[in-house]
Amino acid sequence: MTKRSLTCIICPLGCKIEVELSDGKVFNIEGNACDRGLSYAKEECTSPKRVLTTLVRVKGGLLPVTSVKTTKPIPKALIFTVQKELSSIVLEAPLDIGNVVMRNILDTGADVVVTRSIKKVQNYGFVLP
Amino acid sequence: MKRRSADVIVIGGGPSGMAAAYSCREEGVGAVLLIEREGMLGGILPQCIHPGFGLLEMNEDLTGPEFADRLEKRVRDLGVEVLLGSFTAKLSYDIGHGTSVECISQRGIEVIEAPCLIYSTGCRERHAFEIGIVGDRPSGVLTAGTAQSLMDLHGLLPGKEIVVVGSGDIGLIMSRRFAIEGAHVKAVVEILPYPGGLTRNIAQCLEDFEIPLLLSHAVLEIRGKGRVESVVICKVDEMQVPISGTEREIKCDTVVIAAGLVPEVGLLEKAGVRIEPETGGPMVNEFLETSLPGVFACGNVLVVNDLVDHAVEQGKLCAKSVKSFIDGLLQRPTTWKKSIPGKDIRYVVPHLFSGERDNIFYTRVRTPKAKCGLLLKELSKEICIIGAKPSEMIRLNIKKDLLSEVKDNLTFEVHG
Repeated sequence: MTKRSLTCIICPLGCKIEVELSDGKVFNIEGNACDRGLSYAKEECTSPKRVLTTLVRVKGGLLPVTSVKTTKPIPKALIFTVQKELSSIVLEAPLDIGNVVMRNILDTGADVVVTRSIKKVQNYGFVLP
Repeated sequence: MKRRSADVIVIGGGPSGMAAAYSCREEGVGAVLLIEREGMLGGILPQCIHPGFGLLEMNEDLTGPEFADRLEKRVRDLGVEVLLGSFTAKLSYDIGHGTSVECISQRGIEVIEAPCLIYSTGCRERHAFEIGIVGDRPSGVLTAGTAQSLMDLHGLLPGKEIVVVGSGDIGLIMSRRFAIEGAHVKAVVEILPYPGGLTRNIAQCLEDFEIPLLLSHAVLEIRGKGRVESVVICKVDEMQVPISGTEREIKCDTVVIAAGLVPEVGLLEKAGVRIEPETGGPMVNEFLETSLPGVFACGNVLVVNDLVDHAVEQGKLCAKSVKSFIDGLLQRPTTWKKSIPGKDIRYVVPHLFSGERDNIFYTRVRTPKAKCGLLLKELSKEICIIGAKPSEMIRLNIKKDLLSEVKDNLTFEVHG
């Protein structure tokens, strides 16, 4: 039996959760204030996942990059692989929030979507409306 | 010089300013004018590309730019007039006439008059010289917000080998962003014996990326010719005094300062608004009205918020107050009751209340406590708080029937 203490990252409360594990299986979970903490602790000990937010290059936009996110948490171990995958993409302005950059990235079941709309402009720089 | 007028002027188009502006329209205020210095609305939000915004306000986990977009849509839909790329150079106040601001933009200089004004300019960042870092002055020393703007708005990685100074949420979140974009964060240096940010950010920003957190450490000196080459750090004692013999050098090419925020109160101060030393923001009553009648404040310029949701909440309250003010229905008591920060409490906002309505108070403890009570002294009422930390603002909604019992002062104290 091994013990692991975790900090729940689901909300700003940041509960201290104690998990008892045996052969990689979760036995007992204590310290979570809600059910979301329970499922977080289970998943964190078996297959930790995170939402990835990063940038993708944009051509012809008011800004040269847009921010993107995975639509759901992806395995922690894949964060840098997904990041690398996205670094070779160049999108074309205009872009809207929710535009899909890549579907089911690396078979994680998560899509990568745009989180900042980017207006199309002739020259990049400070533009007054 | 062009002259014009509005029913209310909002200075600063960040989250609290946008919320204040569209809420004024919702409340039925006629001409609402929102003045923003940058070329787009959103304040700091468009560059905060991480998730965690809007859990309370929108019941959803959004990134900064998404949250800003939701607010901006309301601003546009509700017919707020927005002046972008417009710098407010002067704010003057005249009893009986209200406020007038001088606004500089490509349109020229405009003077805008309004019976009331909402001030939501946010904060600036504390820089290296304000936290006693000496040494060379090479390139590669940036505040966290500047680094964030370079990287997340303009797509430029500010460095490869980075030392972050300060473990507040901004420092922690930026450390993760650097790590994800391929920079090596060599250490986060914190002068206090405990981390400055939320516990969950220590877990998901530092532990996830194996970034060392050096508590009770200070940066003494930055070294480098042309570009940063290293920093000298050392341990500090309880009084934050460097312990000699513990100095060591960390090689790096960039130093990112995340050492706290300072409210941008310049214009308010010059107009004659009373500023509170503990928050660095204006003194306000329960309507979030400053010492000048008809001038209101919300968001980080009032009190540094951890959560954008609270900044939005303050913006909305300002809008309600503005509506009452314009209608002549703002009922101020003849004498205000005072909220006083007592033992181990840094501040309580708002500073004045009437006891005639429910009131939300924002407060912070001075030092971390595993479990403690927050004592409302004159009411002999104790509220249990688990895991009180200076980094986590405490929001209390105190009911009218309790507040009406207060005679003149209500002292907030940490107990146990």
